[in-house]
Amino acid sequence: MELTEFIIKTLTILVVFVLTLVIAMYSTWGERKVAGFIQDRMGPNRAGPGGLLQPLADAGKMFFKEDFIPALANKWLFIAGPSLAMLTALLASAVIPFGSTFRYDGVEVVLQGVESNIGILYVFGVVALGVYGIMIGGWASNNKFSLLGAIRAASQNISYEVAMGLSLIAILMMSSSLSLGDIVAQQHGGNWNIFYQPLGFIIFLTCSFAECNRVPFDLPECETELVGGYHTEYGSMKLGFYLFAEYINMFVSSAIISTLYFGGYNYPGMDWVYNQLTASLGTTTGHNIATLIGTGVFFGKALFFVFFYMWVRWTLPRFRYDQLMNLGWKKLIPLAIINIIITGASVLFLKPFITSLLN
Amino acid sequence: MQLTNRSKQVSNKEMTLMERAYLPAIATGMAITIKHFFKKKVTIEYPEVKRYLGPVFRGRHILKRDADGRERCTACGLCAVACPAEAISMVAAERQKGEESLYREEKYAAVYEVNMLRCIFCGLCEEACPKQAVYLRHDEFIPVFHDRDQVIWGKDLLVEDMNNRYTREAWTKEEAHLLDQKRANGEVTNVVPRAIP
Repeated sequence: MELTEFIIKTLTILVVFVLTLVIAMYSTWGERKVAGFIQDRMGPNRAGPGGLLQPLADAGKMFFKEDFIPALANKWLFIAGPSLAMLTALLASAVIPFGSTFRYDGVEVVLQGVESNIGILYVFGVVALGVYGIMIGGWASNNKFSLLGAIRAASQNISYEVAMGLSLIAILMMSSSLSLGDIVAQQHGGNWNIFYQPLGFIIFLTCSFAECNRVPFDLPECETELVGGYHTEYGSMKLGFYLFAEYINMFVSSAIISTLYFGGYNYPGMDWVYNQLTASLGTTTGHNIATLIGTGVFFGKALFFVFFYMWVRWTLPRFRYDQLMNLGWKKLIPLAIINIIITGASVLFLKPFITSLLN
Repeated sequence: MQLTNRSKQVSNKEMTLMERAYLPAIATGMAITIKHFFKKKVTIEYPEVKRYLGPVFRGRHILKRDADGRERCTACGLCAVACPAEAISMVAAERQKGEESLYREEKYAAVYEVNMLRCIFCGLCEEACPKQAVYLRHDEFIPVFHDRDQVIWGKDLLVEDMNNRYTREAWTKEEAHLLDQKRANGEVTNVVPRAIP
């Protein structure tokens, strides 16, 4: 690997890492602000202008609290739980393509942590590991409520992962690639997957809500039934890590939704902007600026979905456990399978027919 | 018996396909919440904006001066007697020669203290006062105490400031109502409403 390429790669990874953390941090602020606005309140507005220093104040509070470990808890696992939750949440952002390519000194580097040809599979693998953080935390607490919450989380995540994977297969059949970079590149020119896969999108969105343990599927931390869910016994920064991991998951899944269904860094009129920029600023600078605009668009899309998560949270009530399971197994999985069949039939019969008509 | 028209008969009939699909219902709900997102917020941001409490609110005490700036209180102790919480105490003193511009009567309160923790803000002291010297302000209330010393308010805090005199613009419900009407008509009054209640 060339040195410049290596440096750009390192910088990309660092920027992605820091951005993920900052966005997760400000999601906590955003969540409270959105909650306030939807409930006709102001939200936090005392710490800094518009309450912008609130996340720092929260973090400060978390750090200065007593780092308590219950006497009968398994100490190792008790610490491993939140660490694992945080780790898996951060790992997933490695393969997301944040922009097309960055040109420097004749080298072209993809704005992506790792250019993996099995990117989406990697995301699924890492996200599936996320349940360990919750499960270990709930188990190590040595508390029945925590354990119940953890078991709920585990069964919920496993159930919805099936429907999620099946809804994704339709996309993979269309793109015939597991690489996120390829999937985004194929959506170039307003060719977004949402227009071909509306049903798949709805299933995927619902499942990602469940995967993130967000309302209306936040049964693991259902206060009225389970005290605090799997993090009942947690306090201080360990609790902070759990909550933080949830927000990182939220951002990552928003990024993946916009990658898979909304064209990632593609936007209408992209080629025109690219040509204008390269014509006026030269191939290197123009290219880089066009890439950065694409990255901005990508973040806009991802942040919209973060907002969407919050919007849903303050709209829908929580599902009952049997309703959750019924929805997952009896509605979403059959629907996803039907979606696969329809997509398969379309790819096999409709697509050659239409292409022959057009030619 | 029907009390209002708002009650709805509960029905147990099967949901239609639209209702079972659930997504249209979600969309309706989301539309409602996003409408609230852009609505004007009802919050009154307290320390910066204070809500007008009405003309007959009973806030903190004030010891009035007369038009010439002389203290009205003559230390008769009727307020202390009337006080059900026994919050008021005072020490009387005789007015000396040359103090005529300070005290209205020949006897005055050298010490006048209200224990703000005992006070229940009932307003019996202002009713008992024969000299119209003590009032409960309608526009200010006591702030939070940080210290035990701050609980008992002496004359330094209670006596009226001549540069910033306290006036109350209405005394009865009827007057207050009239005043509200005047304010609604845009006729100027001496009190500017600080927030829309």
